[in-house]
Amino acid sequence: MKFRFGSPVLDTAVRLLTPFILLFAAYVVAHGHYSPGGGFQGGVILAAALILVNLVHGRDVRWGLRPSTSLSIAAAGLALYVGIGFLAIAFGGTFLDYGALPLGLPPPQVRAVGTFGIEVGVGMAVMGVMVLLFDALMAWEQSR
Amino acid sequence: MSAHLPVLMVVLPLAGAVVVPVVGLASARAARALALLALVLAHLCAVGALRVVLANGTWRYRLGGWAPPWGIEYVVDALAGGMAVLVSFVALLTALHARYSHEGRNPLNVATSHALHLLLAAGLLGIVVTGDAFNLYVFLEISALSAYALLAGGGARAEVAAFRYLLIGTVAASFYLLGIGYLYAATGTLNLADLAARLPQAPDAGVVGTGLALIVIGLAVKIALFPLHGWLPDAYAYAPAPTSAFVSSVMGKVGAYVVLRFLFFVFPAGGQAGRALDLLGLAAAAAIVAGSVMALAQRDLRRMLAYSSVAQTGYIMLGFGLGNAAALTGALLHVVNHAVMKACLFLSAGNLLARTGAAGVDECRGVGARLPVTMGAFGVAAVSMIGLPPAGGFFSKWYLVQGALERGAWIYVAAIVAGSALTAVYMFRVLEAAYFRPAAPSAASPPAEAANGPLFGPGEAPAGMLVPMLILALAALGLGVFNQALVDGVVAPALAGVAS
Amino acid sequence: MEHAIHVLATLLLLVGLHGMLTRRHLMRKLMAMNLLQVAVIVFFIALAAKSGAQPPITAVGDAAPRAHDYVNPLPHALMLTAIVVGVATNGVALALLIRIHRRYGTLDEPDVILGMRE
Repeated sequence: MKFRFGSPVLDTAVRLLTPFILLFAAYVVAHGHYSPGGGFQGGVILAAALILVNLVHGRDVRWGLRPSTSLSIAAAGLALYVGIGFLAIAFGGTFLDYGALPLGLPPPQVRAVGTFGIEVGVGMAVMGVMVLLFDALMAWEQSR
Repeated sequence: MSAHLPVLMVVLPLAGAVVVPVVGLASARAARALALLALVLAHLCAVGALRVVLANGTWRYRLGGWAPPWGIEYVVDALAGGMAVLVSFVALLTALHARYSHEGRNPLNVATSHALHLLLAAGLLGIVVTGDAFNLYVFLEISALSAYALLAGGGARAEVAAFRYLLIGTVAASFYLLGIGYLYAATGTLNLADLAARLPQAPDAGVVGTGLALIVIGLAVKIALFPLHGWLPDAYAYAPAPTSAFVSSVMGKVGAYVVLRFLFFVFPAGGQAGRALDLLGLAAAAAIVAGSVMALAQRDLRRMLAYSSVAQTGYIMLGFGLGNAAALTGALLHVVNHAVMKACLFLSAGNLLARTGAAGVDECRGVGARLPVTMGAFGVAAVSMIGLPPAGGFFSKWYLVQGALERGAWIYVAAIVAGSALTAVYMFRVLEAAYFRPAAPSAASPPAEAANGPLFGPGEAPAGMLVPMLILALAALGLGVFNQALVDGVVAPALAGVAS
Repeated sequence: MEHAIHVLATLLLLVGLHGMLTRRHLMRKLMAMNLLQVAVIVFFIALAAKSGAQPPITAVGDAAPRAHDYVNPLPHALMLTAIVVGVATNGVALALLIRIHRRYGTLDEPDVILGMRE
């Protein structure tokens, strides 16, 4: 949206909420590999924070990522995912075999770290895609 | 690297699909080159995997190192390997053709449409090699979503057709998901090989039967088996040429492959699967006749080809329904033949539309002189569709008729023959108009779309649009000439694992 | 009623199907499709539940878990993926709807079909 809603209530509410939403998103992503949470959920919450700011403050605020940046973040997230998979191949396992990663940890921990890695990748990819979706849907509204 | 071919053939196009748009921000040409590279590599992986499988037997690749049934495994046998080679081959050729179709009117820019093409290829290849039922659902949806987006690139009407296809396709995929949910409830596993082992002892036949019914209904909608084909004609008729060539030739075949997997490899032979196959056979016979009749009634060339696809899917499902070795051989041969023929036909129809603005059968008058190579390829593919030797189509129908005769199913023989006769009529109509009728002297002003198209002009289409089409036409002939080698080399090992 | 959840899933499925078939507005058809997907998701989650079971999380130092004490986590993981698929489908569908609206000025299916005829 090009316009701001301009109400002080919304302004303050967004200022208060956004840091907690971002923190919660990071918390959800970081807990994905051994408790409820994970890449997709965290990525969506992260994107929700960005979309909220976009909705309230409008496009002119420097919070709004440009579509090319969101695309790059999404691509980087997926590259991380595929990269970990290929890393596992490089160290002798099959695709996404975390057990082959040379981290020197006992087997359950290695797999936890590997899963965490791909969760971060997935979180970035999902966030990028959600923000891109929002931008694409809003672009039409703005061109009216 | 060569020990990881099954996963590479899926991951390379997938990774490419993500990198291509980013590269496209900088340079469209680099994006296109990267996309073609990913498809070439995927094709090489598929060919390599098939050769390994033909030499050594089924290849089971464990993702993440977890042993099945807890882990997801990719299973490449001769059937999967053959399908993978076919899919990657058609994907590569249609992507080569896409360079010209995606300039100008298409709202998707070059990088995005190539990325979607790669995603579609990755999804289809994933369906073919996976050994896990839920993984199959995910790849099914990946390929479906990219198909919806690609099909919508054909302009105004294509968007509505793609939306309709989206609604229907998502319902179909949800039915499939519900079906494998029932199977999971009955057996506790989602691994296809493990399901095959546990289903005979599953305690509740009702649950298994419901799961089977849901899966078959979902897949029947996806492959557009009559009478669930309503979404297909609009979607194929309005799509851009390389997309309709890719989607019409390969998506339905991969769906038929999934039906084959479930009904012949997973569910125990006879019983519920047998009843499902009988019903599918009846629907297939109806599809052959109804599809051919409706194709005959069409004025628009691509719509005619779309209804023809409905009929040809009928041939394949008829082979499955009959179930004996000859019929299954015919069905699998027809999968390969039809993929090649239909892709060639849609590509040539696309060339026709782009160069001359001719969309209808009547508007093809005299085109044979103006676009000799395009119409030549169309002619070769048409001959194969009708089923005349030595083109490939003859042999697949020959095996099907043999299979039907062995089972004494005279109705099916009649349907096959009637379908071929009707195909001859509507194909020859086009060829007759192209070669034996002079071009309309007034050269009725071409539709506005083509007049503004960047490719409109006299003479033959540019080389980039001709080469993929010619390769496919040659393949259609070659599949006929070398069909015995194909049957002995690939189809027979593929069917070796069939329960019946 | 131990099958109440299955009745709910069936109801949602039927409402979704009914909506897709009878509603004329394309957006409502899309929403009905979402209901249908939710029905499938509810069905799978219901498969995972066991009476008297805990969420499948153990702390360090706990005794080895016995399967029947814990809810089956696999259908939950599968349904997360299915939800993501649903989100992606919605994204594509909404983009298509925006284009259709831009082209024809309406999202009412009969009017859109009329527009297509021209």
